[in-house]
Amino acid sequence: MTDVQEHELHAYVDGTLPEARRLEVEAWLAANPADAERVQAWAAQNQSLHAAFDSVLNEPLPLNLVRATRRPALPVPFKAMAATLAMLVTGLVGYAIGLGNGEQAPAAPVYLARDAAIAHVVFSPETRHPVEVDAAHADHLVAWLSKRVGTQLQAPDFSAQGFDLLGGRLLTGETGPVAQFMYQDKIERRVTLYVRRAVAGNTETSFRHATENGVDVFYWIDGDFGYALSGQIGRQAIRQLADAAYQQLVTASANP
Amino acid sequence: MRTRPDLIEHLPRLRRYARALTGDVNRADDLVQDTLERALAKLDLWQPGSDLRAWLFTLMHNLFVNQIRVRRPQETVMEDALDVPVSGGQMEALAARDIHAALAQLPEEQREVLLLVGLEQFGYAEAAQVLGVPTGTVMSRLSRARERMRQMLAGEPAVKLKLVI
Repeated sequence: MTDVQEHELHAYVDGTLPEARRLEVEAWLAANPADAERVQAWAAQNQSLHAAFDSVLNEPLPLNLVRATRRPALPVPFKAMAATLAMLVTGLVGYAIGLGNGEQAPAAPVYLARDAAIAHVVFSPETRHPVEVDAAHADHLVAWLSKRVGTQLQAPDFSAQGFDLLGGRLLTGETGPVAQFMYQDKIERRVTLYVRRAVAGNTETSFRHATENGVDVFYWIDGDFGYALSGQIGRQAIRQLADAAYQQLVTASANP
Repeated sequence: MRTRPDLIEHLPRLRRYARALTGDVNRADDLVQDTLERALAKLDLWQPGSDLRAWLFTLMHNLFVNQIRVRRPQETVMEDALDVPVSGGQMEALAARDIHAALAQLPEEQREVLLLVGLEQFGYAEAAQVLGVPTGTVMSRLSRARERMRQMLAGEPAVKLKLVI
């Protein structure tokens, strides 16, 4: 084994070493406690940075910033998108003070798909902290999100389809808190399940598909709640996962 | 008509980086706003298909550098750094407080590298591109930043994080 260089210690901490070299660096660290101590301290710094600043990702977006992403004469689809994200992150207040002027009411189920797709795009690229609570604490995660969203949630099991639960996070949506569960397969493709209270009076229950900015979304309403499964793994694959989720969740709600 | 990229989906991460970089909620959001305005003004220069996120961070870096060039004479350390609210339990809050204080004491060029790599998960070459410096410079700044942080945080055994790699 060649001596380990300083830059390789950093690459080890940042998880960018090829697997073979990573193992060699690990062996080196076992034999060089001073380096091991530095590496451990650097990795702890990364953790502290995430602990200190990841909460910013979940903050409601200030309206002036949402507006600043738009040019004065934006084409309508973009404008609707901006308004929808504003609602996703600022809730009804943001909507009420003018972003959605003259647009379709947000109650339409299609907004469920659009919001879910945006939340998918925002959070699924995070490689190290894609979730607030990881799957190792799955019981706690489900209990916590259930409490905040206001119903007994269930994280569907996609292991038969090759996807494992990575964790989840709490978001803010136009109808209140939103739970997002994230799953990942062996080659690190991710799908997210978005669950929120459905708008009152919405009786749409059929299973629907939408494509939002390249993200496939299957969504449905079950009782008081809307569910949307999003991913970029091909329509057919998402459909299979959505079928599985639907079966598990509907079965669970029919047999409480 | 050319498809417009969605700047809005990059907002949460631009805000996170700006918050860590400036240590101040208002200054951070001002920086994000300036970045978005510049991005819209220069959107035609962005190459479709290239990394929009890296491009936005590059714009933010340039604005930040201009800001500190102007502010440098009258400003010493970021006194607001300790007021940033943090989530989580008490231990976590203490660790976060330390990290805020330590970050504030890093030279800006080291702080940027540490945050781009450690928080925003840019690769070394990507970070070099954002900052407009060679990758070797990124590595030496990263090394100095991490060692300096280690020394600053080492005096606080009570909040040292246990880590299993």
